[in-house]
Amino acid sequence: MQSPEPETVVTDEDTGTRPLLSVEDLQTYFFTDEGTIKAVDGASFDVYSGRTLGIVGESGCGKSITAKSILQIIDNPGRIVGGQVKLSSNGDASKNLLEMEPNGEEIRSIRGGEISMIFQEPMTSFSPIHTFGNQIIEAIRLHSPLDKEEAHGLAVDWLRRVGIPSPEQRMSEYPYQFSGGQRQRAMIAMALCTEPRILIADEPTTALDVTTQAQILDILQTLQKQNDMSIIFITHDLGVIAEVADVVAVMYLGKVVEIGPVESIFSSPKHPYTKALLSSMPTIDAAPRERMPSITGAIPHPQNRPSGCSFHPRCPSYMSDICGLREPDLVSIGTDQQASCFLYGRN
Amino acid sequence: MLGYLIRRLFYAVLAVWAVSIISFFIINLPPGDYVTSYIAQLAIQGNIIGAEEAESLREYYGLDQPSYVQYLKWMNQIRQGNLGFSFEFGLPVNDVIGERLVLTMILAAATIVFIWIVAIPIGILSAVRQYSIWDHTFTFFGFVGLAVPDFMLALIMMYFSFVLFDFSVGGLFSPEYVTASWSLGRGFDLAQHMIIPIIILGTAGTASLIRITRANLLDELRKPYVATARAKGLSEWRLILKYPVRMALNPAISMTAYILPFLVSGSIVVSVVLGLPTVGPILLKALVAQDMFLAGGIILLIGWMTVVGTFLSDLLLVWADPRVKFEGR
Ligand SMILES: Nc1ncnc2c1ncn2[C@@H]1O[C@H](COP(=O)(O)OP(=O)(O)OP(=O)(O)O)[C@@H](O)[C@H]1O
Ligand SMILES: [Mg+2]
Repeated sequence: MQSPEPETVVTDEDTGTRPLLSVEDLQTYFFTDEGTIKAVDGASFDVYSGRTLGIVGESGCGKSITAKSILQIIDNPGRIVGGQVKLSSNGDASKNLLEMEPNGEEIRSIRGGEISMIFQEPMTSFSPIHTFGNQIIEAIRLHSPLDKEEAHGLAVDWLRRVGIPSPEQRMSEYPYQFSGGQRQRAMIAMALCTEPRILIADEPTTALDVTTQAQILDILQTLQKQNDMSIIFITHDLGVIAEVADVVAVMYLGKVVEIGPVESIFSSPKHPYTKALLSSMPTIDAAPRERMPSITGAIPHPQNRPSGCSFHPRCPSYMSDICGLREPDLVSIGTDQQASCFLYGRN
Repeated sequence: MLGYLIRRLFYAVLAVWAVSIISFFIINLPPGDYVTSYIAQLAIQGNIIGAEEAESLREYYGLDQPSYVQYLKWMNQIRQGNLGFSFEFGLPVNDVIGERLVLTMILAAATIVFIWIVAIPIGILSAVRQYSIWDHTFTFFGFVGLAVPDFMLALIMMYFSFVLFDFSVGGLFSPEYVTASWSLGRGFDLAQHMIIPIIILGTAGTASLIRITRANLLDELRKPYVATARAKGLSEWRLILKYPVRMALNPAISMTAYILPFLVSGSIVVSVVLGLPTVGPILLKALVAQDMFLAGGIILLIGWMTVVGTFLSDLLLVWADPRVKFEGR
């Protein structure tokens, strides 16, 4: 497909390594009869080995579509129209996943192999008419030469690791026989049994109660350490982000508007949107789980995105001479924090 | 699971019994009886029958008794496998229906198979390639298929098969096989003659099953489990056939049971036009003549077969969708 060209190695001050996965200026649009919806419109972020990138943002800002774009599993009528998703392989080379043939063998070996994904809805994310064992064994055998029996053994092993009791018996059961929490554990087992380098977790705990949520996060963090795996953790919940993320990317209308280490984001947010998000977060332990409390004004429909900085109609620091006219780029503020806002320079 | 099946079986038996009562009483619903229509028929030919003679005819046929007595007598006969006597043909109902029923069933079964084989792949293709040229083409033909009445289709096909292929459509057998006993040659002759009736009878069912499959599959394709399967790295066709298609087939399975009565009643006009020796034309005749045991017998048999068909499709559903076992407890 593409010639693997050696690249200039970008170093991260924190880890001294180059990113494992690098998303650059990703654009994914939906071409509907009513018009074009720019679900993701220039999102950029890096993921480092063994660390967790948290992605937060209000409902509809494009978090799930960003995640699905990485694996190129966007539903019709969506299309990735621009950007790069670079996955570094062993050695210096890196592959741009977006250059691979859609649904071709190369990208399919990455899906579920090098990059696994778990979804928000543990209820509906399994086929209801196939046994759980059937579905996990399929995942294993797609990415390894194991035969059915070996794959079965490995699957049972993984069910045990994620804390499902009597795993042997559960293999022949159907998803409706699992509780919500168990289903999400099973989902994690199915995603991790191929030992991926990156796990994309799209709101894995949103549908669960607080106790189960804590257990699931615990499992994820334990397995992350054991496998030295990177996680892209998508959520509405700033409380969860504070707990799991090393780096946080804040998304607004299809763009990353601020990115930085979790401590910096929480202690000194730079983008007015991030500030608003944080101030809308309840201070007591009762973390919001379902939907993020709204900020002044409604989220504009992605189809008629405001001109200039798309946050300007809701922004408390709105500057009439520039914000509605030009789009700000991400600029570095301090050592490793970046925000796209004209408050920090007008270049 | 077993309890579920036993319950379904119990309902099936109950349904057959209800069908027998309803068919009997509905047939008795119009004013008059067979003797009335018999007298009217004779009157057309100029023969007037006196009231006394009419009474003795009624007595002869048992029509003077209260209808529940008639029903019980009929049921008692049926217990012995005898559907009663056809006034119109002057023969036992069993003899009148006989082979026609077998042919009707063969035709219905073949039509259902035809509908499945044609509609399901097209439905899948239309959904997976939504808004493609294929989808639009099949949608167009689907609506045409639904809109054109069967008998018209029958006439058109008769015309073209005669003009183009010099093949005269009509009946289910070539003349030399009509009264012959069953043999390989007769079966082959039947198969040949069934092609056109199957297409005609199956067109509407095919069109609607295409729509059902397409709509269901479009729904299923958007479900999160499809995204999960994709994220595993499964190839597109393999995952579509393994997951959403299996789900989309469930309504198609349930629909099949309802196709059967529709095929029999829908086939009456087509059978008349094509001269098919099925039960449809006989049923029509029996209803017009108020030949109540013949009509009742046919309706009962069709009802019974529908119930059996529904039971079979229930079994099929249990196999196709394990949740049915769970919820149906
Ligand atoms: N199949 C689709 N057709 C058209 N538009 C879509 C489709 N899927 C998503 N979108 C649009 O893309 C935008 C981003 O959707 P996405 O699912 O990524 O949001 P999200 O940030 O994950 O929200 P949530 O927190 O509610 O999951 C939405 O505004 C939605 O309107
Ligand atoms: Mg989402």
